[in-house]
Amino acid sequence: MPTIRFEQVEKSFGAVRVLPPLDLSLNDGEFTVLVGPSGCGKSTTLRILAGLEELSGGEIFFDENPISGLASKDRDLAMVFQDYALYPHMNIAKNMSFALRLKKTPTAEIETKVKRVADMLNIGHLLDRKPAELSGGQRQRVAMGRALVRDASTFLFDEPLSNLDAKLRGKMRTELAEMRDTLDKNMVYVTHDQIEAMTLGDRIVVMSEGVIQQEGTPEQLFKEPANKFVAGFIGSPTMNFLDAELVSEKGKLLARGDGFNLPLPKELTSNLKDYSKREITLGVRPSSFSTDVKTGAPIELRLVVSEYLGAQSTLVTKCGEAEILVEHESSSPMKTGGVLKFGVRTEELMVFDKETERRL
Amino acid sequence: MTTASKLNRLTPYLFLAPAVLLLAVALLYPIGYMIYASFLDWRPSQYIGEAEFVGFRNYINLWNDEAFRESFGVTLKFAAVVVSLEMLLGVGLALLLDRKLRGMAALRTIFILPMMIAPIVVGLMWRYMYHPTVGIFNRTLKSWGLDPIPWLSDGTWSFVAVVIADVWQWTPFIFILSLAALQSLPQSALEAAELDGATGWQKIWHIKLPLMMPVLIVALLLRLIDAFKVLEVVLVMTNGGPGLSTEILSLRIFRTAQEFQELGVAAAMSNYLLILLMILTVIMFVYNKAVENRAARLRAEAQEA
Repeated sequence: MPTIRFEQVEKSFGAVRVLPPLDLSLNDGEFTVLVGPSGCGKSTTLRILAGLEELSGGEIFFDENPISGLASKDRDLAMVFQDYALYPHMNIAKNMSFALRLKKTPTAEIETKVKRVADMLNIGHLLDRKPAELSGGQRQRVAMGRALVRDASTFLFDEPLSNLDAKLRGKMRTELAEMRDTLDKNMVYVTHDQIEAMTLGDRIVVMSEGVIQQEGTPEQLFKEPANKFVAGFIGSPTMNFLDAELVSEKGKLLARGDGFNLPLPKELTSNLKDYSKREITLGVRPSSFSTDVKTGAPIELRLVVSEYLGAQSTLVTKCGEAEILVEHESSSPMKTGGVLKFGVRTEELMVFDKETERRL
Repeated sequence: MTTASKLNRLTPYLFLAPAVLLLAVALLYPIGYMIYASFLDWRPSQYIGEAEFVGFRNYINLWNDEAFRESFGVTLKFAAVVVSLEMLLGVGLALLLDRKLRGMAALRTIFILPMMIAPIVVGLMWRYMYHPTVGIFNRTLKSWGLDPIPWLSDGTWSFVAVVIADVWQWTPFIFILSLAALQSLPQSALEAAELDGATGWQKIWHIKLPLMMPVLIVALLLRLIDAFKVLEVVLVMTNGGPGLSTEILSLRIFRTAQEFQELGVAAAMSNYLLILLMILTVIMFVYNKAVENRAARLRAEAQEA
């Protein structure tokens, strides 16, 4: 499998620049997820890699070979499209074998390959049908199958699960994860769904407004986000951000704001020495709150809405004027309106520069 | 069922009846008039009620009429040739011009201009271009030192000449329909084909043409129906000649009524043409219905699955 490297790749549509120069390396055999909100340039990046969009500057290398001059068909890629992009007039077997038939692969070989992949994806009984005769989930599998039959070096996925309902999406996500472990291929997967990114990616590339915010493993992104954007994008429910200022008390560093006064972890002290009395943004994960007040720094929150999910609830609370989400392990719903006491696990707190939004 | 509910069910029909009746009379009366006329030995100077009823004689006589049969043949040949050429050129042009390049919009507009010119004007225009001495074609040939072509005075050439004029005027019709069909093709399927390794030709052959087929078939049938009824261009350019080489059916009908004053015979000829066109129309409707039904069935099945 080639190593894919983007070097100062940029893209403009007319006067609109959608990708400022971008550098990115995709390692051999890795499952890389490009994730970000819509309009962040992730799909454009994938389409440039696929050769469906021309780049406006820079170069993409497969190993050391520049490929921007190559047509899509000469890049040895297989792609799964968001809307599946099946050929409406061909039955499923024909859909899956189209690439092989173009390459004049022997019929017997085509049949074996199609059957193997179709059985793997549980669509073996649908081979005679036309795409319009299939449900959304089945079409999704066919799209996947059509890519797999190809045996290309690199697989591209452009939001392949976003047209499925929630239950099916979960199921397909698991199957994709299995496939990832059995296939030794480069996979590049674009999604706006951070859960897909976290569960599938060996490595995640978070993008916003055409700029790569951070690359790393799911764990790195969750535990050591580079900035406020990544911290807010990764993790569900999303991280709470509170305006605060730094104060020193008895040699301890505290983040003080409207309705809270939380000690910060010691490790941060050296990073924060230039920030005393300056305004910062404090990041608290909804999972950092505990009903056991003794386990952390105390905080009082006014419960506004309780979203009961069964085994747990997501509490929408207010601390002063700021809204705070709290993940609350409890099998029974909470009554709204009261004031609740929580302990905050301060070692999980994050501090961001209010201006640059960089994590400190 | 109670009387009241029966009445309720009838109410819409009662309200619609006058309009339907009026439409039926307005639509069907002229056709009925023509069908009736075809069973008469009728001269223009006569009141239709005084014409002699001759049963199927007009139809049977026509069957044995050499000139009519020849003109029927010319019409079939004309329709087959022009529609094939128009389909080939129209679809080809659409495939060629279906791209986002500067000036394409203007070019497309220019391509559909011929369709907007009155056929009689088109006929006149081409007649002068085909003029044996001062026409543009023969003058050009002459300036190149080549022999002039007897465009409108030779049987074969005059057929070619009217075919060219018709193709010039009606290729744009196929062109715009094909272009519309092409531009509504699912883009991602074409992109998928590209990644699957299809070349430009393979994309046209395996993806674009099959997906355009429903539109192309309707376009083909519409053009066929129209080509069978062509009149003005031929009338102005060759008046059916030389001999009967371009004597298409409409012209023959027109002449039979106008010059030979045999209205009954002309009506019978028209009915032969009408039957042919009805067959084509029925094919088109059946095809459309089949396409619709299939789509509806597939949608229903997909929803169940």
